[in-house]
Amino acid sequence: MALSAAPDTSPSELLVEARGVSYAYASTFVVEDVDLTVRRGEFVALVGPNGSGKSTLLRVLLGALQPMRGSVRLLGQPPDEVVDRWRIGYVPQRPTLAPDVPATVREIVATGRLARRGWWRPLRTADFDAVGHAIDSVGLDDLADQPITELSGGQQQRAFIARAFAGEPELLVLDEPIAGIDAESQRRFRESLVHLIGDHGAGVLLVSHELSAVSDVIDRVVVLKRRVLFDGPPARLVDEGVSLGIHREDLPLWLEGLR
Amino acid sequence: MIASLPLPLPFPFELAFMQRALVAGVVVGVFAPLIGTFLVQKRMSLIGDGIGHVAFAGVGAGIIAGVYPVWTALLFAVVGALGIEWLRARRKASGDLALALFFYSGIALGAVLANAKGGLGTSVIGFLFGHALTVDALEVVVILLLGSLVVGLVIALRRVLFAIVTDEDWSGVTGLPVTEMNALLAVLTAVAVVAAMQIVGILLIAALMVLPVATGQLLARSFKGTLRVAVAVGVGSVVVGLTSSRLWGLAPGGAIVLVSALVFLIIALARHTIPRGTLLEMPEP
Repeated sequence: MALSAAPDTSPSELLVEARGVSYAYASTFVVEDVDLTVRRGEFVALVGPNGSGKSTLLRVLLGALQPMRGSVRLLGQPPDEVVDRWRIGYVPQRPTLAPDVPATVREIVATGRLARRGWWRPLRTADFDAVGHAIDSVGLDDLADQPITELSGGQQQRAFIARAFAGEPELLVLDEPIAGIDAESQRRFRESLVHLIGDHGAGVLLVSHELSAVSDVIDRVVVLKRRVLFDGPPARLVDEGVSLGIHREDLPLWLEGLR
Repeated sequence: MIASLPLPLPFPFELAFMQRALVAGVVVGVFAPLIGTFLVQKRMSLIGDGIGHVAFAGVGAGIIAGVYPVWTALLFAVVGALGIEWLRARRKASGDLALALFFYSGIALGAVLANAKGGLGTSVIGFLFGHALTVDALEVVVILLLGSLVVGLVIALRRVLFAIVTDEDWSGVTGLPVTEMNALLAVLTAVAVVAAMQIVGILLIAALMVLPVATGQLLARSFKGTLRVAVAVGVGSVVVGLTSSRLWGLAPGGAIVLVSALVFLIIALARHTIPRGTLLEMPEP
């Protein structure tokens, strides 16, 4: 599928660029002097113990919070000035969907297409196709017309990932999307990320405790504990004695050691 | 069409006044549940009531000023709805506290204003509880115009409104116009309340925005299905309510709302024998 209005940018385009970013609640810095970049086609994992500032950093990167020091560029622009926000796909940690919302999986996923299509325009066949592909890619095709409230937690999370995929984003930001989802869902999730990066050249920023499902496709791991403690390929983290794939407890233990 | 009434319709709609009530009532039966479906998802089921109370202040102001009260009610309702939305969006007050503030200031101001001009007469009671059987041709035309505006905009913007009322935070991150659509929804709710107040009344309008939706959520599996069931129940309640009003001399506004409450009750009780979605299920195109 052709990306309409694809921006004229080089493959190494910086989708996210944070330089010396600090943020404090009251007088306590929760994020301090952080550099973070995500390029087109790059898969970056952001890890850190609870309270390490991951969520705050994400909110600063997306423009929901203003950094107190440093600068952020999102898609090459200051985050609060990004007009074409449809280029960003977002999977929130806890979707704010009401527990009794009367909607099918397909209806929820279709909302992920609106910003890209232009919210005032009706969806066309190509849009419904993209919605269908997104649902397939997370393995929910059998459940597409079921009420979303009848899905398990893991299946619902896959629906929200599909919603982000439906807009064919150039930057996909996921906040702990695979916490508590089953192995089959994680495998599907990994495949669809690989597809988004490989075929669409998207950049991915994944915040997660649990990287084992995706460890072989990550380009860089950024370890955050207020400051950036590590930023490099997973192989170098392995040199530190942390294996992301085989020994699943390694990363949490290593993070624990950073406390 | 209005001028050529009565049309050759069967009892109980054979008389011109019943036909005016039917036309206006069916329009209300369509737009009230339609916009209500979005309000229920937004957890603002009672906003119609709050706006209605503010509209009542507008009715009072219109009576004092000698202006057609529908226009002053519309002005008050739109300003009040935007005020409630402004408070809600900034989380300056919790949703129900913001509503309470507007509720009671509105109804109190309405009572003071209306009473200042010679007491709370029958015309005021008509606005509070509706006067479907005595709406005149002008009122029917106003209801038709305002109702068409609400139905047209809600249908055209249903997908973006759906996205925003179900997941506001996510919608904002991905670039949907959250503030603008919330404001539009508030204004359309105000328009709907004012358009419906002469049929079901200021005190009952919120019921027709919510009760059919509750039935829709029981029966349908999709949002689209919920919209359809809600509108069908809304229109059905109006027809049955007006009929029973003619037959037994019931207050029409109250009868319409009681019918929609009864429908919900029956469906809720029969719920285990009617599996969800078997009555109507529509796949996406």
